[in-house]
Amino acid sequence: MIPELGHFALILTLLVATVLGILPLLGAQRNDAALMALARPAARLLFMLVLVSFGCLTWAFVANDFSVTYVASHSHSQLPLVYRITAVWGSHEGSLLLWGLMLTGWTAAVSFSRRLPDVFNARVLAVLGLVAAGFFAFLLLTSNPFERLLPAALEGEDLNPLLQDPGMVAHPPLLYMGYVGFSVAFAFSIAALIGGQFDAAWARLSRPWTLVAWLFLTLGIALGSGWAYYELGWGGWWFWDPVENASFMPWLAGTALIHSLSVTEKRGAFKSWTVLLAIAAFSLSLLGTFLVRSGVLTSVHAFAADPKRGIFILALLIFVVGGSLCLYAWRAAKLSGGGKFANLSRESMLLINNVLLAVVAATVLLGTLYPLLADALHMGKLSVGPPYFEAVFVPLMVPVVLLMVVAPFVRWRGHELPALVKKLLPALGASLLIGGAGAWATGTPSWRTALGLALAAWVLLGSAQLLWGRLTGQGTLMARLGAIPGSWWGMWLAHLGIGVFIIGVSLVKTMEANVDVAVKLGESAELRGYTFTLDKVVEAQGPNYTAMRGVVRVSHDGQTINVLHPEKRIYTARQMPMTEASIDAGIFRDVYVSLGEPVDASTWVLRLYYKPMVRWIWAGCLLMALGGLCAALDARYRKLAKIKAPA
Amino acid sequence: MKTRHKRFILIGVVLALLAGAAALVLNTFSDNIVFFQTPSEVATGKVPQGRTFRLGGMVVAGSLVREADGLSSRFAITDTAKIVPVRFTGALPDLFKEGKGAVAQGKLGPDGVFVATEVLAKHDENYMPPEAKDAVDRAHATAKTLK
Amino acid sequence: MKAKALIPLLIFIGLTVFLAIGLTLNPREIPSPLIDKPAPAFNLRQLNASGQALKLADMQGKVWLLNVWASWCVACRDEHPVLVEFSKRGVLPIIGLNYKDRDADALDWLQKFGNPYTTSIVDADGRVGIDYGVYGVPETFLIDGKGRIRYKQIGPITPEVLERELLPRIKELQGA
Repeated sequence: MIPELGHFALILTLLVATVLGILPLLGAQRNDAALMALARPAARLLFMLVLVSFGCLTWAFVANDFSVTYVASHSHSQLPLVYRITAVWGSHEGSLLLWGLMLTGWTAAVSFSRRLPDVFNARVLAVLGLVAAGFFAFLLLTSNPFERLLPAALEGEDLNPLLQDPGMVAHPPLLYMGYVGFSVAFAFSIAALIGGQFDAAWARLSRPWTLVAWLFLTLGIALGSGWAYYELGWGGWWFWDPVENASFMPWLAGTALIHSLSVTEKRGAFKSWTVLLAIAAFSLSLLGTFLVRSGVLTSVHAFAADPKRGIFILALLIFVVGGSLCLYAWRAAKLSGGGKFANLSRESMLLINNVLLAVVAATVLLGTLYPLLADALHMGKLSVGPPYFEAVFVPLMVPVVLLMVVAPFVRWRGHELPALVKKLLPALGASLLIGGAGAWATGTPSWRTALGLALAAWVLLGSAQLLWGRLTGQGTLMARLGAIPGSWWGMWLAHLGIGVFIIGVSLVKTMEANVDVAVKLGESAELRGYTFTLDKVVEAQGPNYTAMRGVVRVSHDGQTINVLHPEKRIYTARQMPMTEASIDAGIFRDVYVSLGEPVDASTWVLRLYYKPMVRWIWAGCLLMALGGLCAALDARYRKLAKIKAPA
Repeated sequence: MKTRHKRFILIGVVLALLAGAAALVLNTFSDNIVFFQTPSEVATGKVPQGRTFRLGGMVVAGSLVREADGLSSRFAITDTAKIVPVRFTGALPDLFKEGKGAVAQGKLGPDGVFVATEVLAKHDENYMPPEAKDAVDRAHATAKTLK
Repeated sequence: MKAKALIPLLIFIGLTVFLAIGLTLNPREIPSPLIDKPAPAFNLRQLNASGQALKLADMQGKVWLLNVWASWCVACRDEHPVLVEFSKRGVLPIIGLNYKDRDADALDWLQKFGNPYTTSIVDADGRVGIDYGVYGVPETFLIDGKGRIRYKQIGPITPEVLERELLPRIKELQGA
């Protein structure tokens, strides 16, 4: 009964979403208060219904109801409870339901915002309702998670072992929070386009929503990267895989959007950019869903693909993106104007960075879709690998980082070049020196390390100088600290995070080492001064797998620092082998061991990795997310004064 | 007039950035595209030596030999029509199995042995890399037209 | 309306066209080109002591299954008990196509796991396999009395596939 209840709740969801998508919009056009007043309760009801549906699916997993096809194919009675719960979003249908839950959750959250003028609020909620209607139609028609299996299976087929991991518990919800969160910025832009009103209030109101979505996306991507690092057993943390790119493109667009919004809010300029970036960020989220779900691109993470679903998502994409771009073309004339600014000004810096971020997103898009284009044009099957992305990404991001440090020193409207140069020259010189010296100190100097370290130093020194400038001058230190707004701290922390991230990437890229060695029991192998001794390999029994577990003693300078237990598991239900790496983590380096194949009874292949500074990559991401949080909590967004409705 | 003139500088900077990005993309693109070839295509000798490409198909049953050092391995990839021998040093992926689909990336040596630098087998055991499937399908199509 | 404002829309339309083409090009479940076509002819030695040949024509007038298997194939081992059980019901003849295998290994395998096959025929060089478009083992073809292929199962037959896909079709063909 419970699965039917969930299914029924989904059908009601579609109906309510359709009502929410149409009536308040009509009400806003006709200035009919009764119709507009429907929007808020409908948005909340929508969320409740999806929550019920989601709860029913979770219940089916917890109760091992193998008469539900989705449960039977992605769970198992031996699966630990926590993974039975996370298995809800372990594959296509359930992860779409999670997507829908997030979408309606965001919609309900917007409905609680009391600061929106009624007309605007009705339009925003209606746009979100329309997106939800399209989305739930897709879910119900092509990917119903509650479909029954007759006769019921006696046992489930188990969850893909790769997903049986703590990282996978949080990664999809965070990522989807981010992806779907951009729907709010999108809805604000569309509502503004429909109304033809683009004032500072619109930018100010959509900024905190965008920041929260961006910070979740940042965390989600970082967590996914961490998961790939220890779960795939290859020691890589980013593969430029289509699915990763699918989450990275909205991140780039969202980053540009945050910056563009700040200009629109403060100076009333860049309205076109802001609207287009808001559309782009959400479209790229949808495109990401399309790429992953339709299976047009092959990827390490792609779930089972189905062309019917692909066509449906493409239709949804055309409806959402095509519709909004038509609206944009129609209203573009109203988007011009805004404050004037000089060639050297905060505005121009942000404009150039926006252009660069958009170009980076476009190059990632090109690399991701090119295999598809080539196939469509009968140019043969091909793949575009990480070398392309790295070769393009690095040169384009270098100027972004350079300008990122300069921009906060530059005043709005205009700034004098000589004064700016004088201010920043010491930091620039010091950065170049640090970059050169640092690269030399690594022992294997290369221009890439030097560039990376110089950039990182530039970011850190620039951030320090910026903070110093804020803290010196009149008044007590405490008073000056208190005067700094949250959005400034947000900017500062996020930029600092980029610097930390660059340190991690440039050192791990140039100084990492790995080796595959065959080691006899009791013997050892060396890597970068670490000695790895394979004491024994024992059989181990997990809840739903059997494993060969290596006992590897890691020592440095004659001292044992850790005993690692890499495993080679066989998950019983699917008979699927899995390599489970074991890591000794540290602030300045990770040592990483995974167990390969046995060569003979007493010899095993070990893969050893030495990863300097790899944790800094994720620490940088955390700082960025923390920055997003500070900015979103800025006091001026929390002012309860209702902004006057535009006449 | 003067402000308009100034604005051209900014537009110029933006256009120069775009042109630079386009040049960069075009320049790196052709070098970094990895084409996909089937064993039948390799057998015709059309595939140049010394260029990296991906070879896809099924791992021939009984062809996997692990060398004494425990790290190098030899196996053969087939599209059911032709067979190409492959040499690889490193740990094979978990899901690499004889009789299953696999994709190897590397270069063709002068002795006709494909020296792989990377071997891919995907995350789900029921899943065949589409490239491998494509190779087999194409071999079947050719086999039919030859009759 | 400014022409410039249409640029994003045009870019998107171009992108959509390619995505749509991409979708039609990459259907995952490639339907076998052989469905509803006459099964390719074969004339192969049987896997038994007699070594007599079996031709496609010999099966004329019967609804039967052609199951491609090999002793080296891991997935066949999963499928095997299902086939053994099914063969006991005697619904229709099941012919095994022993694909790229060695006789000794194959006979050993049948000895060990049971023999669901009416008979097996030997396709040692995989030529008949190519005719049938086999790209992996196991695969199973349902062939009707007129010698046409009516259904193809890629990968192992599970109890579910048997009940949902094969049996209804077999009943229909046998009824006709």
